[in-house]
Amino acid sequence: MTATRRTLDVSALPEYAFGHQGMIWWGTVGFMVIEGSMFVMALIAYFVFRTRVAAWPPALANPDLRWGTLNTLVLLASLVPNHLTKLAAEKFELGKVRVLLLVCLVFGIAFLVIRAFEFGSLNVSWQSAAYGSIVWFLMALHTTHLLFEVGEDAVITALMFTDHVEPKRFVDVSENAFYWYFVVLTWLPIYVTVYFAPRWL
Amino acid sequence: MSEPAEPRARLVVERPDAPRPTDAELAREHQRLSETWRVPKGVLGWFMVVDHRSVGMRYLVTAFGFFIAAGILAALMRIQLAFPENTFLGPDKYNQIFTTHGLTMMFLFAVPVMEAMGVYLVPLMVGARNIAFPRLNAYSYYMFLFGGIFLFTALLTNTGPDTGWFSYPPLSGPEYTPGKRADVFAQLVTFTEVAALAIAVELVTTIFKLRAPGMTLNRIPLFVWAMLVTSFMVIFAMPAVVTSSTFLLLDRLVGTHFLNPAVGGDPILYQHLFWFFGHPEVYIIFIPALGMVSMIITTFTQRPTFGYIALVLSLFATGFIGFSVWVHHMFATGLPQMGLTFFTVASMLITIPTGVQIFCWIAALWKGRPQFATPLLFVIGFIVIFVFGGLSGVTLAALPLDLQVHDTFYVVAHFHYVLIGGAVFPLIGGIYYWYPKMTGRMMNETLGKANFWTLFVGFNVTFFPMHQLGLMGMPRRVYTYPAYMGWNTLNLISSLGALLLVVGGVMLVYNLVHGLRAGAPAGENPWHADSLEWATSSPPPVYNFLEVPIVEGRHAVWERSPDRPVVTGLRSDIREVLVTDVMDAEPAHRDQFPEPSIWPFLASVATGAFFVASIFTPWAVVYGLPPIGLTLIGWFWPKKPAGEHVAEMMAPGAPDPVAPDLHA
Repeated sequence: MTATRRTLDVSALPEYAFGHQGMIWWGTVGFMVIEGSMFVMALIAYFVFRTRVAAWPPALANPDLRWGTLNTLVLLASLVPNHLTKLAAEKFELGKVRVLLLVCLVFGIAFLVIRAFEFGSLNVSWQSAAYGSIVWFLMALHTTHLLFEVGEDAVITALMFTDHVEPKRFVDVSENAFYWYFVVLTWLPIYVTVYFAPRWL
Repeated sequence: MSEPAEPRARLVVERPDAPRPTDAELAREHQRLSETWRVPKGVLGWFMVVDHRSVGMRYLVTAFGFFIAAGILAALMRIQLAFPENTFLGPDKYNQIFTTHGLTMMFLFAVPVMEAMGVYLVPLMVGARNIAFPRLNAYSYYMFLFGGIFLFTALLTNTGPDTGWFSYPPLSGPEYTPGKRADVFAQLVTFTEVAALAIAVELVTTIFKLRAPGMTLNRIPLFVWAMLVTSFMVIFAMPAVVTSSTFLLLDRLVGTHFLNPAVGGDPILYQHLFWFFGHPEVYIIFIPALGMVSMIITTFTQRPTFGYIALVLSLFATGFIGFSVWVHHMFATGLPQMGLTFFTVASMLITIPTGVQIFCWIAALWKGRPQFATPLLFVIGFIVIFVFGGLSGVTLAALPLDLQVHDTFYVVAHFHYVLIGGAVFPLIGGIYYWYPKMTGRMMNETLGKANFWTLFVGFNVTFFPMHQLGLMGMPRRVYTYPAYMGWNTLNLISSLGALLLVVGGVMLVYNLVHGLRAGAPAGENPWHADSLEWATSSPPPVYNFLEVPIVEGRHAVWERSPDRPVVTGLRSDIREVLVTDVMDAEPAHRDQFPEPSIWPFLASVATGAFFVASIFTPWAVVYGLPPIGLTLIGWFWPKKPAGEHVAEMMAPGAPDPVAPDLHA
């Protein structure tokens, strides 16, 4: 060994990173791929079941469009405050982040309430044929994601109103917003499938 | 996405001739790091551990425990089949035993033991202080453990699953399997998949973001590449089986009709979903073993890896093709001919990357001067057995032959050749190889060689006759056979071979336990190996590396320059780690790892209770989810930041743009 050596002093590097430079992003993406694969599997099952019967839905009424469409609009609208939250978090604007997180939470409660009405307007039980089973499966799978996302949003909102605020928390806010996109965007193929496949196929 | 105001390169200061720290300074650093990264002690502490060596070791020991349990079940089956019309086990017991044997070997031994090796070794091989998401890692272990306890509790209370490790409907459905046996199957799958998926995400993040500076993509050790490919396969394959087993559970519990063909459901869809997972699963078990083989061959030939790029690309090719062969498990289901032809071709295609690897290894052994220590013997045993298994695989990929031997002992022989030959032999070789690193002591070499020959001979005597039995028409999963079938002698030979396997297993356990007390001290690098895990003491300290190394070549230890460059400037009073770029492993930022915590354990108890309850009542969803939510909040609720630390980070002029009036 030599008397001196080469070193790489990293003490000036930041203590957090947004987006794909950070570790949380990779964890989030990992779980998005896992959950996204489950959505894909369930959608494949839906269309496989379609090929097994002559009429779709089999001797049942179509799902009503009203609540589902309303919820789609609410979910899409929630992307606006969600995106603004992400931008504000990445600029460390605490005041804005607090207000926007609350706005997102209101949206979250709204789409959970509407979702309850959606289940009532499916016009089918999970016990009536494979059609009913898979429709409920898709809806329940997505609703689980909504519940989880709203819960996470509530916890993060609470954190941002306490003295836990530090730069890393803004990374959490940003990654939470990133996951929110996933929850909203995965709804679109499910919406089209559940509400329009019975009309078109 | 906000970037730091200054380019990162200017935040990292390179010093060509920094003074070397004195021994006293290094001792102080050791003291501080040991305190910071300490592993909690005591009963409560046991449930709070989050460091990857402890969790990895628990995973390994537990998985080997299940290996022994499943081996005992196999021995019971071989006793039953040794003689025609034997009455040692009745048909009902036999069904539960072969199903539990298969489930345990696949879900509680093979996959977890490979992931355990990854959990223990990958952070060391890439020069990290811990695995990414260490609390998730702890959670994963408890889920795995609870899943195993759940399955064996069911078996011992006469509720063991009895419809085969894939439990096809309609046999496993509500009509033909009343009671709870098939539900145990479905929830065992859920337990172990949650555990495996968690580790997959941890390993991908560790490999992408926690590599020591200098470990660019083309310097990543082959075992780490193998774990990366495996983790991606877990991420894409396991959601399919979670979906199929959830369909099964719901059909049985709440009267859905996913798998009921009378009202539009489709039992064949279950088989597609199961094998879309099930075939990649084979590679999930086999690819880590390939990584171990490459590492062991490099060490015991003492020359640079032959065909590194070809080996890495072959791992990826195997991973990709592994997803397009699943239908070859379903040739007998009456699918369209055209589709079957495609899957025959894809199944044969997979021999190409496998062949490339085998030729690379042969070339390395040919050109090097191999030392035939125990690990290398197991690797050579692997090559021999695996080539046999591969050949019987090629014959099975051919549609006409497959239909002929479908559901016979030929298939049993084939998959034991590829799984034991392809995964268990390299694994045992890997255990002999890394045992000195994990325990600080050597295993007995003479006993190791005897161990190899016992297992090698025992294996072939047990499983080779099964090819012939299968061709003679002996079906799988029968608890006995009449004496006039002409299967008596071969079955007896097979059972005697199993006796040798038991002896080999006992030798291995003895050598493992004996080595702990009486093994010769191993030192840092007893095999003169090339990868980073050998650049720290054996067993590694709680912080893995006293100073984070800088990697200068593909063979990090062999290519170290005499001045041993390192990273400085990481805090040792908190659990600070260096996060690097995906491609070039350039230092990117510092991050703080979580402290030990009881919450992952509590969360796993809540999740486990939910899974078990949900085989009895759908209300488990209502009562089961809130405790999970609460424990997750406890888990993620951060500690309050220390005052002056925040002030320092938030101060104007700190390296990143932060709002100066944050608390205003």
